[in-house]
Amino acid sequence: MRSNTQRDPQLRQSGRIELTGVTKRFQTPGGDTFTALRDVTMTVEPGEFCAVVGPSGCGKSTTLTMVAGLDRASEGTVSIGGQPVTGIGRGTSFMFQTDALLPWKSVLGNVAMGPLFRGVPKKSALTDAKDWLRMVGLAGFEDRYPHQLSGGMRKRVSLAAALINEPSILLMDEPFGALDVQTKAIMSNELLTLWDQSKPSVIFVTHDLEEAIALADKVVVMTAGPGTVKAVFDIDLPRPRGSVQEIRFGQRFTELHHEIWESLRDEVTRAYARTAAAAGESDALDRVAEVHS
Amino acid sequence: MTRRKWLVLAAQVMLAVVVFGGWQLFTSLKIVDPFFFGQPSGIIKQISDWVHHGTNFGSIWDQIWTTMEEAIFGFLIGVACGIVAGVLLGQIRFLSEVFSPYIKAVNALPRIVLGALFVIMLGLGITSKIVLAAFLVFFVVFFNAFQGVREVDGNLVNNVRILGASRLQVVRNVVIPSALTWIIASLHVAFGFAIIGAIVGEVLGAQHGLGVVITDSMNNFNSDGVFAGMIIIGAIALLAEWLISLLEKRLLAWRPQVDTQASAV
Repeated sequence: MRSNTQRDPQLRQSGRIELTGVTKRFQTPGGDTFTALRDVTMTVEPGEFCAVVGPSGCGKSTTLTMVAGLDRASEGTVSIGGQPVTGIGRGTSFMFQTDALLPWKSVLGNVAMGPLFRGVPKKSALTDAKDWLRMVGLAGFEDRYPHQLSGGMRKRVSLAAALINEPSILLMDEPFGALDVQTKAIMSNELLTLWDQSKPSVIFVTHDLEEAIALADKVVVMTAGPGTVKAVFDIDLPRPRGSVQEIRFGQRFTELHHEIWESLRDEVTRAYARTAAAAGESDALDRVAEVHS
Repeated sequence: MTRRKWLVLAAQVMLAVVVFGGWQLFTSLKIVDPFFFGQPSGIIKQISDWVHHGTNFGSIWDQIWTTMEEAIFGFLIGVACGIVAGVLLGQIRFLSEVFSPYIKAVNALPRIVLGALFVIMLGLGITSKIVLAAFLVFFVVFFNAFQGVREVDGNLVNNVRILGASRLQVVRNVVIPSALTWIIASLHVAFGFAIIGAIVGEVLGAQHGLGVVITDSMNNFNSDGVFAGMIIIGAIALLAEWLISLLEKRLLAWRPQVDTQASAV
């Protein structure tokens, strides 16, 4: 079940992610085949922060689930540290779009889960978890249940839970998408600080281009579905970048934003036109149904 | 207490007074025949008679204990089997595909009739009643546990799998706690079924228990006796309901506080 990479600690350490000619098809309930990704080829170097932007429905999340080993590619290969991904790997952490905290476990219990599942003795797992909660600014909230926290605090818990396993790869699927603008900015700053300490390779999926540029070393633009890599932009803004709120007023930031948006805009427009057309179609179907009933 | 709460309480007391007072009044005036319809004062007298002089089958406490024993053991066995079966079938698709037509078929049968079969097979002792009660409880809990397992959030499962959980750890940390909301909701109904199983089993054939006392009262045209037996059973059920609510509160402490209106009903 587990990825081959765990057998070789050296390879596990090297979090180089490679997708080569990856295509993913799904069977729809109606029996049709739906192509989510077509011929995706991209590489994330060890310790690189890679943001993936694209219109909604372009298969960004699907890419992540395949790197995580939750799903297999229909064609092509996904490999980590030179080894093909055949299942869930030990060195990978995932931060989901929606809350994936267990509501019946306390904050501390949620963060301690990772080490406990991996056989760390309970006492040291709890000590580690406390340390991580302090690092994400949640000391004193150990005994709360997730529903007693704000959205931003729950994201901090998720971040601590993802990082406590000391991943060499961190996959993030629009992790801050549901947060308000200010909280999002604060969380982004903290993410950068924490990332800088252990430097895992990151794939950060988002539809927010500013967020992508502010955080990443590299921005991958994907086409409207079936998704494929349209262009890759290197973000040459120096690190440490300081406050995410301020960096976006810099001249180089604006240039990059302009350049990448040129590429992204067509895809967004195309995706929008397609959903609008689909909506029109279903309206028509509704009208037909009305007439018949 | 607020004014509103007092008002509700007062109305509740009034309602009881009207119903039971009316019953007592109409039967005292012989507008309704107390011989067939019983009488609140007669029911109280009957209960006190049982407490002081025992029933035809021995002390009333023995009868109550026999029925409770049957109901409680049946309940525990049924709940345990229901949860295990529900989780297994909910988790393992092959098993659910093999078993589901049979379970649906057995569920469609009037299971209470099986009580007669259990009495034949297992005799007049408490075993046949425990089995009947467990059988009735099993289905209630099983369907809820199965549904609960099926409704588990796939995101939560994926998350703990990536964090390193084995299949068993997924079941223990995610599947069962998540299904617990469904399972516990079923326990309230399930205990009712356990009591029904015990009583019906006793009515079908037994030497002790409240079911026997009720049948005996019925055979002697003693409506007060039947009512008295019913009230004792009701009291037991309320006690059990209270205990289950305590358990629910403890096990589901992690849930956000819900509106108490619903639990007031």
